[in-house]
Amino acid sequence: MGKLYDKLAEDVRFVESLKACINCGTCTAICPAAEFYNYEPRVIATTVQSQDDSKIEELLKSETIWYCGECMSCKTRCPRGNAPGLLIIALRSLSQDLGYFTASEKGRQQLAIKRTIGEWILKYGYCVNPDLLNPRLHPEQGPVWEWERDNIEPVMEKLGANYHGDGPGALRRMSDDDLEEIRRIFDITGGTERFDKIEKFSETKAEEMHLELGHDIDSEYFDYVYTTNNSKHTKS
Amino acid sequence: MKHEGKKLVWQEYQKEIADDHFFYARSCIRQTFFPGSEKVFTKILKDELGKDVYDSEHHTSCTGIGYHADAVPFETTMTVVARQFALMTEAGYENYAASCITSFGLYTEILETWHHFPEVEAKAREFLFKATGREFKIPKNLAHASDIIYKFRHEIAEKAKYRLVDKNTGKPLRVVEHIGCHYSKMFPHKGVGGAEYPYVLTGMIEAWGGEVIDYPERRHCCGFGFRQYIVQANRGYSIACSKKKFDSMEPYEPDMIITNCPGCPMFLDRWQYALSEMEGKTYGKNGNGIPVFTYEEVAGLVLGYDPWEIGLQVHQVPAEPLLDKIGIEYDPGSKFKGPNGEDLGHPEAPSYLKFYKE
Repeated sequence: MGKLYDKLAEDVRFVESLKACINCGTCTAICPAAEFYNYEPRVIATTVQSQDDSKIEELLKSETIWYCGECMSCKTRCPRGNAPGLLIIALRSLSQDLGYFTASEKGRQQLAIKRTIGEWILKYGYCVNPDLLNPRLHPEQGPVWEWERDNIEPVMEKLGANYHGDGPGALRRMSDDDLEEIRRIFDITGGTERFDKIEKFSETKAEEMHLELGHDIDSEYFDYVYTTNNSKHTKS
Repeated sequence: MKHEGKKLVWQEYQKEIADDHFFYARSCIRQTFFPGSEKVFTKILKDELGKDVYDSEHHTSCTGIGYHADAVPFETTMTVVARQFALMTEAGYENYAASCITSFGLYTEILETWHHFPEVEAKAREFLFKATGREFKIPKNLAHASDIIYKFRHEIAEKAKYRLVDKNTGKPLRVVEHIGCHYSKMFPHKGVGGAEYPYVLTGMIEAWGGEVIDYPERRHCCGFGFRQYIVQANRGYSIACSKKKFDSMEPYEPDMIITNCPGCPMFLDRWQYALSEMEGKTYGKNGNGIPVFTYEEVAGLVLGYDPWEIGLQVHQVPAEPLLDKIGIEYDPGSKFKGPNGEDLGHPEAPSYLKFYKE
């Protein structure tokens, strides 16, 4: 057994997701990602099952592990009770721990996810907030969303939200004490460490690419990872 | 009544859903895009059904989107979830009601993990105590909010002002039901009806007079895919999934789509707009789209709530064709008005999708 395989085997999600894959391809048949991208969850399971460290390292540095949408449709249908989607989560965790994620275009996007959803959790207590969904970055949200954003306070009042208010309710302002508890949980459980690693490895990559990393979503590297698509990921 | 075929399969997957005293956890996406739905849920439970719902100001996101976009480690997510359970325990509640499907799926996954790996639960308890000094009990009952509306669907039907029926023909409306993937694809026995034939929305639709459409891509994901939508460069995945569903359901001429996941109605709504702008294609009749609703909105509509009080004006695909078909009374002129009737202007009309102002 290789060292990378051993590391994967320490992850409870790996233990739960892979029990002797029979390579039947049912997961690939049901997988939305396999229909869109050059992707086969069956191949992921086969590669990991080989316990070949060089192949696993290649996988951890590849575009492939970032194609899954984690819908978990594979889990329902696998005749062996495996969950390639869960295996993907374990692989992505290890790829970030080792800094391999910056070797691929799709992997490098983790910086954009950390600087949006990740930091929003710590700032707002929720993964998403209407203040953050700028119509410029989300043209697909359409003119109604733009109107809603322009009139956010009266619209939210009409819909019964407690927008930036104290006390319970939708879109309330989280208290400093509650946010501090969440921050402490991140510090103790490895969440902060994961964020720091994403920044650290992205910094090295940004330097290599001569792009400014910055500290927020207004930076060259953020813009690059958020928007770049080399158009080689999908089926013709 | 004799049940055959799929109906017989549905009968095999039932779950226990608490009757009262719910600790309600809000959803990141639901409260951002459809806050009116969370309002309707609590209103129906409290005012219509006389139930006790506790709405804590201290709970947060479960971090589920961050977890499934792989930026948040499992240990962190488990400990944040443990904190939610602690808040429930401290408030004196045992029945956890999640507004979000991602949360519901994650809670289920975590409880299953703790069941099979007690040392992982012990570690989460240790982390939580160290970070917050809190302790918790495992919920006696875990339900998604749609399970609860499903449980009380007949009571809602008894109080209904409208039914999901064409007012002119008297025929049932043709309804597409879309279940969030994480409701039961991971743990089929935790969802009403399982994963292949989930009954949670179908039960509501049938109880309220509608007819469910069984179309080929009924169980396909809406296309959220977490990182596949969050990152702009990946959104082709997201819209392609939704398009696959629309193309598959279109020949069945659905009157409406009902969803139970916070994200799905937003994607199925917005991607119809985006597809119309990109390709000039609309999936309803006469330039209309197929209106998309949350199950709370539909419950509110059948109970006779004002469409603009429950939030139908923030949908990009207009709901009016459906309201007119049922015969629901509404004031077209107040659609884009503020809470005190003030003028808030109105959104720009899309290029192709039919727009209703007044």
